[in-house]
Amino acid sequence: MKIGALTEVFPGENRVAMTPDSATQLAKLGHSSVIQSGAGAKAGFSDAAYAAAGVEVLPDAAAVIAAADVIVKVRGPDAAELATLGDGQTLISFFWPAQNAELLEAAAKKNLTVVAMDMVPRISRAQKMDALSSMANIAGYRAVIEAGANFGRFFTGQVTAAGKVPPAKVLVVGAGVAGLAAVGTATSLGAIVHAFDVRPEVAEQIESMGASFVFLDFAEQQTDGAATGGYAAPSSPEFREAQLKKFRELAPEMDIVITTALIPGRPAPKLWTEDMVRMMKPGSVIVDLAAERGGNCDLTVPDQKIVTDNGVTVVGYTDFPSRMAAQASTLYSTNIRHMLTDLTPKKDGVIQHNMEDDVIRGATVAHVGAVTYPPPPPKVAAIAVQKPKEKAKELTPEERRAQEVAAFRSQTRSQVGMLAIGGGLMLLAGFYAPSSFMSHFIVFVLAVFVGFQVIWNVSHSLHTPLMAVTNAISSIIILGALMQIGSGSFLVILLAALSVFMAGINIFGGFMVTRRMLAMFQKS
Amino acid sequence: MEFGFTTAAYVVAAVLFILSLGGLSGQESAKRAVWYGIVGMALAVAATLYGPGMGLWWLSALLIAGGGAIGWVVAQRVQMTEMPQLVAAMHSLVGLAAVFIGYNTHIELVHVQGMDEAARAVVTGFAQTLVHKLEDPQAGALISILRVETFLGVFIGAVTFTGSVIAFGKLAGRVDGKAKKLPGGHLLNATAAIISVVLLVVYLQSGATLALIGMTLAALFIGYHLIMGIGGADMPVVVSMLNSYSGWAAAAIGFSLSNDLLIVVGALVGSSGAILSYIMCKAMNRSFISVILGGFGGTTGPAMEVTGEQIAIDAEGVAAALNDADSIIIIPGYGMAVAQAQQSVSELTRKLRAKGKTVRFAIHPVAGRLPGHMNVLLAEAKVPYDIVLEMDEINEDFPETDVAIVIGSNDIVNPAAQEDPNSPIAGMPVLECWKAKQVFVSKRGQGTGYSGIENPLFYKENTRMFYGDAKKSLDSLLPMID
Repeated sequence: MKIGALTEVFPGENRVAMTPDSATQLAKLGHSSVIQSGAGAKAGFSDAAYAAAGVEVLPDAAAVIAAADVIVKVRGPDAAELATLGDGQTLISFFWPAQNAELLEAAAKKNLTVVAMDMVPRISRAQKMDALSSMANIAGYRAVIEAGANFGRFFTGQVTAAGKVPPAKVLVVGAGVAGLAAVGTATSLGAIVHAFDVRPEVAEQIESMGASFVFLDFAEQQTDGAATGGYAAPSSPEFREAQLKKFRELAPEMDIVITTALIPGRPAPKLWTEDMVRMMKPGSVIVDLAAERGGNCDLTVPDQKIVTDNGVTVVGYTDFPSRMAAQASTLYSTNIRHMLTDLTPKKDGVIQHNMEDDVIRGATVAHVGAVTYPPPPPKVAAIAVQKPKEKAKELTPEERRAQEVAAFRSQTRSQVGMLAIGGGLMLLAGFYAPSSFMSHFIVFVLAVFVGFQVIWNVSHSLHTPLMAVTNAISSIIILGALMQIGSGSFLVILLAALSVFMAGINIFGGFMVTRRMLAMFQKS
Repeated sequence: MEFGFTTAAYVVAAVLFILSLGGLSGQESAKRAVWYGIVGMALAVAATLYGPGMGLWWLSALLIAGGGAIGWVVAQRVQMTEMPQLVAAMHSLVGLAAVFIGYNTHIELVHVQGMDEAARAVVTGFAQTLVHKLEDPQAGALISILRVETFLGVFIGAVTFTGSVIAFGKLAGRVDGKAKKLPGGHLLNATAAIISVVLLVVYLQSGATLALIGMTLAALFIGYHLIMGIGGADMPVVVSMLNSYSGWAAAAIGFSLSNDLLIVVGALVGSSGAILSYIMCKAMNRSFISVILGGFGGTTGPAMEVTGEQIAIDAEGVAAALNDADSIIIIPGYGMAVAQAQQSVSELTRKLRAKGKTVRFAIHPVAGRLPGHMNVLLAEAKVPYDIVLEMDEINEDFPETDVAIVIGSNDIVNPAAQEDPNSPIAGMPVLECWKAKQVFVSKRGQGTGYSGIENPLFYKENTRMFYGDAKKSLDSLLPMID
């Protein structure tokens, strides 16, 4: 089949979907390539280079479209461009089917097969054709470079003969591919990097790149990234508040803020509000990678670099990959080439559009006259689902009440049981024992009871004094000795006297020690 | 008339004792509470001396004064760190006194039973009470009960006596602190207990002196063997348990002497000691029974392998971390008491607080060898008690803490209790100090703690070992805090 690459018509777009290298690789799949003259010029690939790689260079787009079976592009076609495509042709490019429903409809009407590079599912096997990731990687890198170009200081801290330079503090919001690339670039330049993401599971990745993860003090468990194919999900208003609060805390300290927060199929969330920008030091730089979708920063003007009143530069470029066209084109064309490899399983130059294949099915948004977007969920889960953390079950008020009632009942039951048994034993004893014993026994039982009630309230820190006091008090046994000392034989008197003596030691020693201990307790 | 006065004095004394114990619920009221106890005791003794049938009161007064003087001096001189030993030693005195008094009762009983009518008519004092019992229509039952009471008093007293002596030895370091049992283990205890029961029956029937002596020996053995089998880490429970025993002994003696105040106070002390033991066992997540029966329960499998290495740090490193930290939690343990380091800890605290840092103390319920041991030591060193917090109050704060300093504690900060289900201390609540950003462990050497369990805390990444005597280590630290 003939693969044809067109010059990008979007103003300012420098990338190209085919490089001489990728064309060589395509030839190995049995495909021949054609390219519009000048398509690679802005990315640094001359027509001569293409020709040298065996690519047929055609003078204009119409010629390419006429010659090729498969058209590869970077940016999705606009309506006019789409109209020029021939019936039944295959188009491989970014397409954004969710935002371009009408265009998709038109493509289907024209019986086009459209493979949207932005729809490649995020599974391991498809990584080699994940153009979004390769572009994001470039964007993240470029964002830091762009920030550095607009930032008046070093990234790294230095102590020089001419004075001390503090290291730049960088905050990266959103730790997707772009965010992580930015983290890596900024740390390797020597900056102190903090990174934030709503998906707590990326903390490890952030830390592995050498940045510190900004933890939010927020109880609610965020949606696991696995549930959304590795992308962030919209967060609750409370979470957002907590997040903004944290950012407000960080804003005055940060020299460079790079925001990369995107939620698939939605406008970019506003995370860096105007007041945060006002809090930042003059000379600080904000690079908003989400500018194309409205920007994460309130002040972002898409495609422009502005400087606020307080001297903060806000970079809202939307063409970071395009600014590194050579690199971006190389990576993108490789992604395209991998896509074509999957489409040509036998490497015989014949494209088999296997709609059973998860990756091809996912990326194909229009096929044989029908819109095939959105695709069914892939058969293989994108990311292993994290084990849900075991959580104590929240009890409903009814359940709790039921539990309390049950606890109360069992308590009552055990108490009544104990009382019944105790009372029974008591009665039994009273039946046999003489009354004089029973009168003492009652005193005993009551005293035990009082002891139990009193001691429960003693504060923990006073347990040692308590022990000393009870020790001193237990020398009440002296009374027994005193009662005996006056009567009977010499032996009795001796033993009683010894007891009195020992108890005497205990009384004074015990109380003395207690007093010493208590005297030490003091408030500051 | 005289009787009425004594009883009235007893009632007042009993109330004072109850107030005294109840007053210990707060730091401030506790100071008053001691005075209640002192007055109650003085009242009780005075009333008894003044009471019916007292002879030789001058001898009594002399002995009390003599004993009191010794007690006073000892209590003045003792170091706060030696408090546990002192309390244990005092318990042994009460136990021995109970044994003596029980024997006296027995001797008197035999004596009075041998008298004829005329002689009985002229006896006074304690013997008179016995005569009343003998002449009661229910004399048989009364004498049996009296014998049981005496027997029990002697038994508990004897167990308390040897038990306390051993506890004293272990706490003072004169007896090896490891749990030790004679061959035969619990069987020996059980045999001794059975012998005692048999002798009780014999004594009930015959009133033979030999039975009483035999039982005393058995009880002395039980006391010895029981406490020998309990490891040093469980000493707080043992001490409060012995405290409880001495109370029950007093109560039993009270029964045999028909003295209500003895019964009341004995029961108070007995129940308070029992509850204290229970509270402590609960704090350690241990069954009371298994502690009493000696040592740790059997583990279900091999303990988790501890990997990694202990990384040492010097005083400069610790000082630097402390200077940088904003919040610090200090976890004292028995090692602080041993090294007498509480003054240095207090000084360190003062210095750090003066720099505006938050310094708090986390006290585990069983830190040290006595319940509340650490509180007492810190109080002695004038650490304000409102920064001394209990485990439950502070455990959640560790993750927000910059530096946790563990001074001479081991088992109470052992993460194995939470992480290793096979650990002997699995399930015991511990201070989660490893959640702090940085942990310094002041420790004498690389050995294990009292319970002989390996502590994974020492191998954690954020843990640094600060080897050396706690006092010396802290003193070397002090000049570097600025």
